[in-house]
Amino acid sequence: MNSLRKYFDKIKPNFEEGGKLHAFRSLYDGFETFAFVPNTTARVGGTHIHDAIDSKRIMSLVVIALVPALLFGMYNVGYQNALAAGQLENATFWGMFFYGFLAVLPKLIVSYVVGLGIEFTVAQWKNEEIQEGFLVSGIIIPMIVPVNTPLWMLAIAVAFSVIFAKEIFGGTGMNIFNVALITRAFLFFSYPSCMTGDDTVWVAQDTILGLGFAVPDTFSAATPLGEIAAGATALSTSFCDQVVGLIPGSIGETSVIAIALGALLLLWTGVASWKTMLSVFVGGALTGWFYNALGLSPLDACQHIVLGGFCFGAVFMATDPVTSARTEGGKWIYGFLIGFVAVTVRVLNPGYPEGMMLAILLMNLFAPLIDYCFVSRNISRRAKRLTSK
Amino acid sequence: MSTLFSKANKEALTSPLNLNNPVVVQVLGICSALAVTAQLEPAIVMGLSVTIITAFSNLIISLIRNSIPNRIRIIVQLVVVAALVTIVSQVLKAFAYDVSVQLSVYVGLIITNCILMGRLEAFAMMNKPWPSFLDGIGNGIGYAIILIIVGFFRELLGAGTLLGLQVVPQWCYDHGYVNNGMMTMPAMSLILVGCVIWAHRAYNKDLQ
Repeated sequence: MNSLRKYFDKIKPNFEEGGKLHAFRSLYDGFETFAFVPNTTARVGGTHIHDAIDSKRIMSLVVIALVPALLFGMYNVGYQNALAAGQLENATFWGMFFYGFLAVLPKLIVSYVVGLGIEFTVAQWKNEEIQEGFLVSGIIIPMIVPVNTPLWMLAIAVAFSVIFAKEIFGGTGMNIFNVALITRAFLFFSYPSCMTGDDTVWVAQDTILGLGFAVPDTFSAATPLGEIAAGATALSTSFCDQVVGLIPGSIGETSVIAIALGALLLLWTGVASWKTMLSVFVGGALTGWFYNALGLSPLDACQHIVLGGFCFGAVFMATDPVTSARTEGGKWIYGFLIGFVAVTVRVLNPGYPEGMMLAILLMNLFAPLIDYCFVSRNISRRAKRLTSK
Repeated sequence: MSTLFSKANKEALTSPLNLNNPVVVQVLGICSALAVTAQLEPAIVMGLSVTIITAFSNLIISLIRNSIPNRIRIIVQLVVVAALVTIVSQVLKAFAYDVSVQLSVYVGLIITNCILMGRLEAFAMMNKPWPSFLDGIGNGIGYAIILIIVGFFRELLGAGTLLGLQVVPQWCYDHGYVNNGMMTMPAMSLILVGCVIWAHRAYNKDLQ
């Protein structure tokens, strides 16, 4: 650690005004503040309560919380490939994992290079400090797309969402919509055939560097929610597989257990709001139970929560502190409505097998309104208390 | 001739093209700009129709402006615009049936286009016929330019064609290129209009 600090100090003069690498100062600044907490303190005057943890440290915690789901997603990519090829007995654990690793790694790299590239460029251009918001979005984006998403599509979608969902609103902390979800929404509406539809997008079909198996062309594998939307009444995968995550789906969203590990870390460190998270699950479960009781959906409440992107969205995206409701009471309403809308879209709209993305984006839009109502209710209550005395 | 194209008249013709553009500066006529720009051809026809209607409605209203009773002037303006819209709509049906089917109700809805009423109220009611005519042409073309820019990008990126001709070569599709479906949706044309406004304001510093 010490040597890293010394190295940063040694190369620092190059990036200062007049240094030969001045053009890359935001890049240097970004990496320095990522590695070390900046040594600046609040100016004297006024009252400041300052936590030792800053937004880069919070982002790093979320990234760590995402790692179990990402690693399991890599394994599942390999597992689904072997399963589809009918070679499950010939595949080894590490073989499947490395196959998935090689399939996912390019997406991670593209997501980070494009997203951070735009952020660094904007910071340099506007002469601002580098903003760290893309650290989390950059790892979430590869996890919420199907494994067969072409890299160029991913690059366009990332560029679109960083520019139009984030930078034009003023950068990190100013965005109305979750950047990762805008990326997915862009892909979903622009290239529907590559995101859902023909059921071949969920399983990698070619060998990579000799690993994995080639899958015959006639093969197709739908996600459980896709099967239900197509009119099936029973699922082809067992409930146990659905909880563990050995089902087709977007890369990081399948395993409830891996997501639960991340959720524990987020709740234990207090980074994510337990109120939002809990109310999303309550809303989804009640709505799922309701539709099941009415006979509109063959899935019960439990399956609605386990399947698709529900858990991933509830844990990592509904709780995004920037785009969710900020008042304590508002968090309950915000979360509940996400769960409600997500399951409603699934059940009532046959065109969209999964509704989590649309639900969170819709509620992102309403979060400021919810906050406004709670704040003004609070103000009027206090005003009444004042006048009644 | 010098009086026909005096400085004021030139101004009436050219200012709507740039600094006083009805779409990107005054933000009028957005609905039809979103609705008809999925392809280039309807966008051009729509721009042309609006140009003709604004020009001639401006001219006619300006000719009779002194005899219109003030209290019923909106009705009179609407009658003139409606007559012109009907003529254009019938001409399109007769000579460009395919395009008129694509444009469907939006030709008829030109009557509700804010640009028209805006120019009639703001310009034709208080100016002489010739400047009013030029003002109508300028505003119509200013509107058409934006429609054509948006329609160009939407058709190119959304369908890979321009005016119905294949532009993106087949080998791109063979190598995995896919048309962007969102470009054919109205949502994306709103974002494109936003981009045009962005570029326009970045270029014209005095609009910021």
